[in-house]
Amino acid sequence: MKKLLLGNEAVARGLYEAGVRVVSSYPGTPSTEITEFAATYPEIYCEWAPNEKVACEAAIGASFGGARSFCAMKHVGLNVAADPFFTVSYIGANAGMVLAVADDPGMHSSQNEQDSRNYAIGAKAPMLEPADSQECIEFTKLAYEISEQFDTPVMLRLTTRISHSRSLCDLADREEPELKAYVKNPQKNVMLPANARPRHVFVEERTKKLIEWAETAAINRVEMHDTKIGVITSGASYQYAREALGEGASYLKLGMVNPLPVKLLQDFAAKVDVLYVVEELDDVIEAHCVRIGLHPIGKQLFPRCGELSQKLVRELILGEKAEGSAIELNAPIRPPVMCCGCPHRGLFYVLKQEKVYVSGDIGCYTLGASAPLSAMDTCVCMGASVSALHGYNKARGEEAEHKSVAVIGDSTFIHSGITGLINIAYNNSNSTVIILDNSITGMTGHQQNPTTGKNIYGDPASAVSLEKLAEAVGIRRVRVVDPYDLEETRKAIREELAADEASVIISRRPCALLKYVKHKAPLKVENAKCVGCKQCLNIGCPAISIKNGKSVIDHTQCVGCGVCKSLCRPGAIVEQEAAE
Amino acid sequence: MNSNVKSVLIVGVGGQGTLLASRLLGNAVISCKYDVKVSEVHGMSQRGGSVVTYVRYGEHVNSPIIETGEADVIISFELLEAARYLSFLKKGGTVIVNTQQIDPMPVVTGAAQYPGQILEKMQDAGIHTVAIDALKLAEEAGSSKAVNVVLMGVVARHMEIDKDVWIQTIRETVPAKFVEMNLKAFELGFQA
Repeated sequence: MKKLLLGNEAVARGLYEAGVRVVSSYPGTPSTEITEFAATYPEIYCEWAPNEKVACEAAIGASFGGARSFCAMKHVGLNVAADPFFTVSYIGANAGMVLAVADDPGMHSSQNEQDSRNYAIGAKAPMLEPADSQECIEFTKLAYEISEQFDTPVMLRLTTRISHSRSLCDLADREEPELKAYVKNPQKNVMLPANARPRHVFVEERTKKLIEWAETAAINRVEMHDTKIGVITSGASYQYAREALGEGASYLKLGMVNPLPVKLLQDFAAKVDVLYVVEELDDVIEAHCVRIGLHPIGKQLFPRCGELSQKLVRELILGEKAEGSAIELNAPIRPPVMCCGCPHRGLFYVLKQEKVYVSGDIGCYTLGASAPLSAMDTCVCMGASVSALHGYNKARGEEAEHKSVAVIGDSTFIHSGITGLINIAYNNSNSTVIILDNSITGMTGHQQNPTTGKNIYGDPASAVSLEKLAEAVGIRRVRVVDPYDLEETRKAIREELAADEASVIISRRPCALLKYVKHKAPLKVENAKCVGCKQCLNIGCPAISIKNGKSVIDHTQCVGCGVCKSLCRPGAIVEQEAAE
Repeated sequence: MNSNVKSVLIVGVGGQGTLLASRLLGNAVISCKYDVKVSEVHGMSQRGGSVVTYVRYGEHVNSPIIETGEADVIISFELLEAARYLSFLKKGGTVIVNTQQIDPMPVVTGAAQYPGQILEKMQDAGIHTVAIDALKLAEEAGSSKAVNVVLMGVVARHMEIDKDVWIQTIRETVPAKFVEMNLKAFELGFQA
């Protein structure tokens, strides 16, 4: 019977069926579940690596070691893994190696919407792009065949709508390729200039062979219907175009988006009256078409920003406008917020009150930038809070050093904040770094990391001590605070900012959503005591609202963290038992 | 095109359990031998923000997403969210809405007001609306978290899928210790 699988779940199934033995990844939306599902197969060794570069290198090592290997990451994670990936493209694969990268057009949960196909071009690696869950399984398996046949790492490109959509799949059994022999081969595997030069020649030859393969590959599929309109497309864009235009158009659906065929495209173009390229983000396919002498309509019609949809294709190609229902309403926006009991809330409340410059980072705590906390000045990429704070302080000098902090989560700190901290110690800026240690990788949905003491399977693992790590790199002022205790947190921030050397403050309390966290009874407002000052609203807790001029706490949401209680001057917020 | 495809938009507030609802609906429609696609939002949007899930089924489904004017049914876990996504509703489509109100942060902080008379405005606009206090029924069934299954009960009454299929799907989809509570929640929604 067919099964309804999430795209990411289907990629994991493909890994299983392909006989993959080693998976190393760093979580990142929308790629995370691939590795989580892979870890449910006992035949596959899985791990969370500290960052994408380490994950990619672990997969490279496993391929050297003769096992089919895999790593997954989000698009911006590929920036981190690009260094090993560009060079392993020269080396190729002993056993098959696949890197999956999940792009996020529309930025549902990302800081940019870069198009990873550019990386495949840059690294000269083949890239497959599935358009539904069944193709996620099939293309994953095919990727290993291509990897071993052409001696190359292969990229699997996903987008949010493929990774996070469920569709029906047929499952197959696992094949068990034997562990390949390891044969020492420095000419191929040691990328010194003398060895790398001939490997670059090999890569260029390999690309020619891959183009030849692409001309007739079954995954580059022609669907001829009405020939007035011809559409070259791939991935989710194919689904949008197919839905919008139906059999009123013909399609060339590209399953391999790098390298692209030539003759196949030219032949298809010759059979249709008007040629369109429907692709999300950059004009990768379109630019290739132009280079080979075709004249498609692409980005002159379709946007480079955001996602496409069947509605956009219908509007832009057919000129059909969609109409929906509507009422007159000024609907207030509903942005994501920190959860009830979130340990980050108290810290950001104090930072806002202290009016300091906050160098931000990537994670749940980036929500500290939103109203009413609004306590974040910058956010660039994983780890940048620490390194950019150092640069900011070097630029602005002593006064800035006493009024600025970096905030970074435990997982993000291990990912790439630690190198920035070494720079602070080594190049001596009086910077104050706050590590928000909630004992889990939060935003991506609770993955273990090297500080939590557990591995991906929940089994005990070595745990990095953040205190000892900070001390070891040369930070002498290291202290731990509980962010539920606003006064303690404020005191620590004031003292460390006043100090004349670099400090690390570890703001430590587990994520309120972790199952082992015991919550207190919900709090309650004593209506008679509430003066309606709205002080408790300044922490942006979703459980607190105003009814008839007085605060009320939603008992279904409140977890009794007590941060609001410590702000309530009239003492109107009380524990449930004490009320009545 | 693909006019045989039915599109159901499930909207709500992150944390309300919309993902389980879409999974239940998805599993129920495969039991009826339909092709199906379910598209979910994970990550940043789940943190108490406005969330949307798409369920599409029929003989053959291409796009996993639903756009303006394409939804046959909108299932809203919250009143304001029903209004927010109305433009996705087809002319003649149905809105099934939990009348529960959850203040978004701009309302909490006083920067905006929760709009009044949403239901009245929808009915005045001639939109076929089924309104229900699902939170009350969920609490009656034993947990405020069962709002999603109560709503599925309401949906079941308005869809051409057999009640037995739903009951079987709930048994197969929710953890064993919550099955009885969820079946009660489903029944309360179905009878409402």
